[in-house]
Amino acid sequence: MNVFRFILQNRAQVVELTLEHLWLVGLSTLFAAVIGIPLGIAIAHRPRLNKPVLASANIIQTIPSLALFGFLLPLPWLGERADRLAILALTLYALLPIIRNTYTGIRGVDPAVLEAARGMGLTDKQLLYQVELPLAVSVILSGLRVAIVISIGLATIAAAIGAGGLGEFIFRGLAMVDNSVILAGAIPAAILALSADFGVGLLEKRLRTR
Amino acid sequence: MPPDAPSVAIEFAAIEFRDVSYGVAGTQVLSGFNLEVQRGETLVLLGRSGSGKTTALKLVNRLISPTSGEVRVNGVPNTDIDVIRLRRGIGYVIQDAGLFPHFTVERNIGLVPRIEGWPEERIRERVQEMMRIVSMPAEMATRYPHQLSGGQRQRVGVARALAADPNILLMDEPFGALDPLTRDELQREFLSLQKRLHKTVIFVTHDLREALRLGSRIALMESGQLVTVLAPAEFLRCSDPCAKAYLRAFGGDHEESMHRGAL
Repeated sequence: MNVFRFILQNRAQVVELTLEHLWLVGLSTLFAAVIGIPLGIAIAHRPRLNKPVLASANIIQTIPSLALFGFLLPLPWLGERADRLAILALTLYALLPIIRNTYTGIRGVDPAVLEAARGMGLTDKQLLYQVELPLAVSVILSGLRVAIVISIGLATIAAAIGAGGLGEFIFRGLAMVDNSVILAGAIPAAILALSADFGVGLLEKRLRTR
Repeated sequence: MPPDAPSVAIEFAAIEFRDVSYGVAGTQVLSGFNLEVQRGETLVLLGRSGSGKTTALKLVNRLISPTSGEVRVNGVPNTDIDVIRLRRGIGYVIQDAGLFPHFTVERNIGLVPRIEGWPEERIRERVQEMMRIVSMPAEMATRYPHQLSGGQRQRVGVARALAADPNILLMDEPFGALDPLTRDELQREFLSLQKRLHKTVIFVTHDLREALRLGSRIALMESGQLVTVLAPAEFLRCSDPCAKAYLRAFGGDHEESMHRGAL
């Protein structure tokens, strides 16, 4: 097979681009989690905020990724380097599943459990850390899983603005009309997505509360 | 407080509702509610669904706040007490027990002692003691709520409420979802427990038989108002139409069982 020969011959570059890809996805998912989980908790506790926040995250999701990269290009500091832009765009896309699942997870906690907890004198903080988050954790993780899988796919497009990652091979292959070059980017990306899906899925299962 | 404190001290009711009203979204759930609960008694709030009994209960530990009037706990308006302190000093048991599904029996029971910062050793002893009190076999300690029967869950709920040794216990239809045999068993155990512990208990139920059996007094409620407060024996003779309606609704069985007893 041509693909495997190509990958073998260019293994150093495959590894480098895979690492770049992981860097883009990892950092953006981290940012999205740091923003999205607290935001999801906040809207679960303040129902009035839930519509506007979820609607905004939804709208971001509907912007075509190439267009979003274009929109962000004129931003100061961020526009200077393609990887910064890519990370920002990927963060924005990852927000929706994370916010929505955190919200759903927290809202899904049995009201009887919450009432008992409050009645026994748990503070809001104790309620959050000892009851709500542990009971919502598997739902939150499944949101994170979706976010990661989406990001791995989307990050290939980041190569269009020169941010690197496995998309490089895909765009190069497209230009060269060479399927084996396209696949040299697509196959590792698919493997990344599948293993992330599997890995986080395992974690999710282990943390699922009885 | 020593039990034989000088009697010059004015005796406060353990819980007192003073002209309490509670409304939500234009609906009056509770109006002009006045009631004193004496220390060590089991006061049963009896009434149909929507009569305001659960509302009255939740006003005590401030899960809700009255629109007007006040609730006093040990003579002090409960709004003067820090809400977390207030709640930790009041045991609370609800119908589905509300056990934490991610905690073992042990951790569920030890929750309030733990957040109160008791040393681990003392929490362990207390949990074991509580499990004995509610007749739960010690090997159940490491089980999760979903591995228990309804009756066992409710026992754990009671044990959890008693763990930090509160003087007051609020029970919201705790045995409502149990099968008749288990309910009977738990009612019996509740009586013997109460004989030893003498907690001040407010017990919400819509079951007349349960009220007659467990209550030292029965407060009958109807559409957000207190109809009357009577001892169980008085309740059976009460001429109030509302009490009569209750007796009628349960009367069939009641008389029947009396006949059976006589034969």
